[in-house]
Amino acid sequence: MSHLSRVAVFGGVYNNTGALSAVLDDAQAQGATEVYCLGDLGGFGPLPDRVFPILLDRGVTVMQGNYDHSIGHQLADCACGYSDPRDNHYARLSYAYTQAKTSQRWLPYLRALPPFLRREWGGYRVHMAHGSPRQVNEFLWESTSSDAFLRRLLRAHDADVLLVTHTGIPWVRRLPAEQGGGLVVNVGAIGRPANDGRTGIWYALLDIPSKPAQAAALLSAGSAIAVTLRCVDYDHERLCAEMRAESLPEEFVETVATGYWTTCLEILPAKERLRGKF
Amino acid sequence: MREHRLLPILTEERAATVPFFGLDTLWLQLAGTLCNIACRHCFITCGPKEDRVPMMTRARLEELLLEARELGVKEFYFTGGEPMLHPEFFAVVERTLKEGPTHVLTNGMLIDESAAQRLRDLFDGSRYSLDVRVSLDGMTAEENDPVRGRGTFAAITQGIRHLAAVGLSPVLTVVEHADALRLSEARSEFLRFARSLGLAQPRVKFLPLLRIGRETRRTHGYGTGDVVHEPLPPEVIRTLQCNSSRLATQAHVLVCPLLLDAPDAQLGRTLTESLRPISLRWSACHTCVEEGLSCRT
Repeated sequence: MSHLSRVAVFGGVYNNTGALSAVLDDAQAQGATEVYCLGDLGGFGPLPDRVFPILLDRGVTVMQGNYDHSIGHQLADCACGYSDPRDNHYARLSYAYTQAKTSQRWLPYLRALPPFLRREWGGYRVHMAHGSPRQVNEFLWESTSSDAFLRRLLRAHDADVLLVTHTGIPWVRRLPAEQGGGLVVNVGAIGRPANDGRTGIWYALLDIPSKPAQAAALLSAGSAIAVTLRCVDYDHERLCAEMRAESLPEEFVETVATGYWTTCLEILPAKERLRGKF
Repeated sequence: MREHRLLPILTEERAATVPFFGLDTLWLQLAGTLCNIACRHCFITCGPKEDRVPMMTRARLEELLLEARELGVKEFYFTGGEPMLHPEFFAVVERTLKEGPTHVLTNGMLIDESAAQRLRDLFDGSRYSLDVRVSLDGMTAEENDPVRGRGTFAAITQGIRHLAAVGLSPVLTVVEHADALRLSEARSEFLRFARSLGLAQPRVKFLPLLRIGRETRRTHGYGTGDVVHEPLPPEVIRTLQCNSSRLATQAHVLVCPLLLDAPDAQLGRTLTESLRPISLRWSACHTCVEEGLSCRT
């Protein structure tokens, strides 16, 4: 461990403060020295104002998701990128709730969040984006993102490592070294389960070599940086009770209680959808 | 008076321009214009005797796949005609799935139990998504068959049932060829109908009519006012498929799947030659701009 620095990255809080606290506790216990949030603080869950103090108190570096941009600027919708009428129906309910319940005093904070983050870790150029580096609400799914496309994104943004969220389902891709290497991680979302039948939620831990010159000379980012996707349990039954108390859609509560998505189904590619129940 | 206008209908100077942002989607005219049916609304006039655009050879496919990989392609769509008429259809899909997510646009009539199982095996054997899109233009034979041909409703729905039996959930693609299909309820009704065919996770995609090809004889073509000649705002340009996709045939790379028969929509033989801005000077561009058509799933 002494030769590594450990970084925690998560996305999609969706007002789920129970999961947020559990992830931060877990990251601390795992020895993470830095914690990043890739945006979308609101939506889906209850009582959005509870999220901001936790992020600030615990020193999380936060960037802006499409939801944060929309709420911050008081736009008409979340710009989530749905195309299906049913998905849009629930997106509208969710957005209207978060918009109504987010205090005015947090709007400047949301507006000021950066649209992307750049870091250099262990000599590797790291680009953090919400959906994709080229579009905040682009969905990068595991089954629909070709190696060639991901390599193009890395090259276009001068990056060795790309970290994204927005889809809500985590995955890791190490691009072939003979094609230039590179590492892409979708860190998933901590606000709701990953349509895998588990009530826990997912985030990513990255272990980065601390001797950049040697590491970079020997290995591509895809080989040198270790990624662990961690599933964290939290008090999801309490969240269900809070959501019901706030009269949020029972379909959302069912997702929290079962681990299976009941909405946002049309955006799922065939492979990811087949892993779910609906 | 509306009339059928041959493409294009605007000069390059008068038409709106769309930049090219990068090759996300490569459409492959695998079966050329050959199809096992001759739909009355087919916008590229495919049919059992239509061989004006030849099938794609494996050598041509390989050349395109390798070039697309270098260009950072995101996904592939097989179209036709009927892609499953290609004698090496399954091998072609298997090869393409090694490069990226693959979509097959089919009328579903050639999907028997064996074909459905082979598609399921390909689905399971690839880390990338294999999505099958089945065209069906009504929830009854009375609604579908006048457009797609006598007996097609039974054959298509049988193909869908075979896919459902192996646990695949195709996207049902519906062309809004009748008023009833343009109503807002049509979508939810179609989803219910899809469930009745055994699809546990039904998906549907509705497409507006394209008034080119054989459709010009079923109803009419575009009118003289159906043009896109104003500079387009960026938010509209972002929705247009031609900003990030191209169609490849055996001989050419073209602007998009709608313009298969437009000689001046040919941009070269290679993908690299085609990566440049285009002008929306064809009548069909009106549908993409005004009705938000995207051929992607």
